[in-house]
Amino acid sequence: MRDVRLTETGFSPADELGVFARAHDASGAIASFTGQVRPGGGVLALELTHYAPLTLPGMEKIAQEAQNRFTLAGLLALHRVGKMLPGEPIVVVAAAAAHRRDAIQAVDFMMDHLKSAAWFWKREQRNDGWHWISPRSVDHADLARWN
Amino acid sequence: MIKVVYLGQLADMAGTAESEFAATSGAIDWADLLALLENHVAPHLAEAVQADTVKLAVNGRLLADRAMLDARDGDEIALLPPVSGG
Repeated sequence: MRDVRLTETGFSPADELGVFARAHDASGAIASFTGQVRPGGGVLALELTHYAPLTLPGMEKIAQEAQNRFTLAGLLALHRVGKMLPGEPIVVVAAAAAHRRDAIQAVDFMMDHLKSAAWFWKREQRNDGWHWISPRSVDHADLARWN
Repeated sequence: MIKVVYLGQLADMAGTAESEFAATSGAIDWADLLALLENHVAPHLAEAVQADTVKLAVNGRLLADRAMLDARDGDEIALLPPVSGG
């Protein structure tokens, strides 16, 4: 089972993870990650833009690679787009598997790929206006771990 | 009409999220696109999109080589700067 979605409105990671856990009560392991807009640093808001013809299909492809690579019973990837405030959730990823290693690694794999290989453009609003965020070298290094 | 969509900081440079062009010859190649951006959208946009890190998609399919661009009426070209990650 694979559930990959983009949402333009806020969501509750707890609700999403609850639904996922109930759907996979036969799995021995569920791992998850929730990303939130980091408070501080003078950031007033974060805006993620996407390109519909590429972004969701690209996320599906990453999820398919995770399913090929790890033995999973289910995989959830939900990503917010649009304008978000500090503390609001950006992304939730969860993986269900028979054993913990597959579940944990699948979540790690998904996040490394979503952070550097998915079609998102991000900018931060500060007191002096909007600033585009450039890719960080650490994101590319994280991605290279899986090669 | 041929639609051109600007993503990320390219939208700021263009001053708009997208443009539409009528191709008198019926098609737009890479050189045509650069000229349209330079003359009708924003002065430094053509230079910016020539960076190796900027990718090009037509109707949602990435082009391996920008020189292969051959957009026709009804097509949508996307100019994609490096992603900043989710």
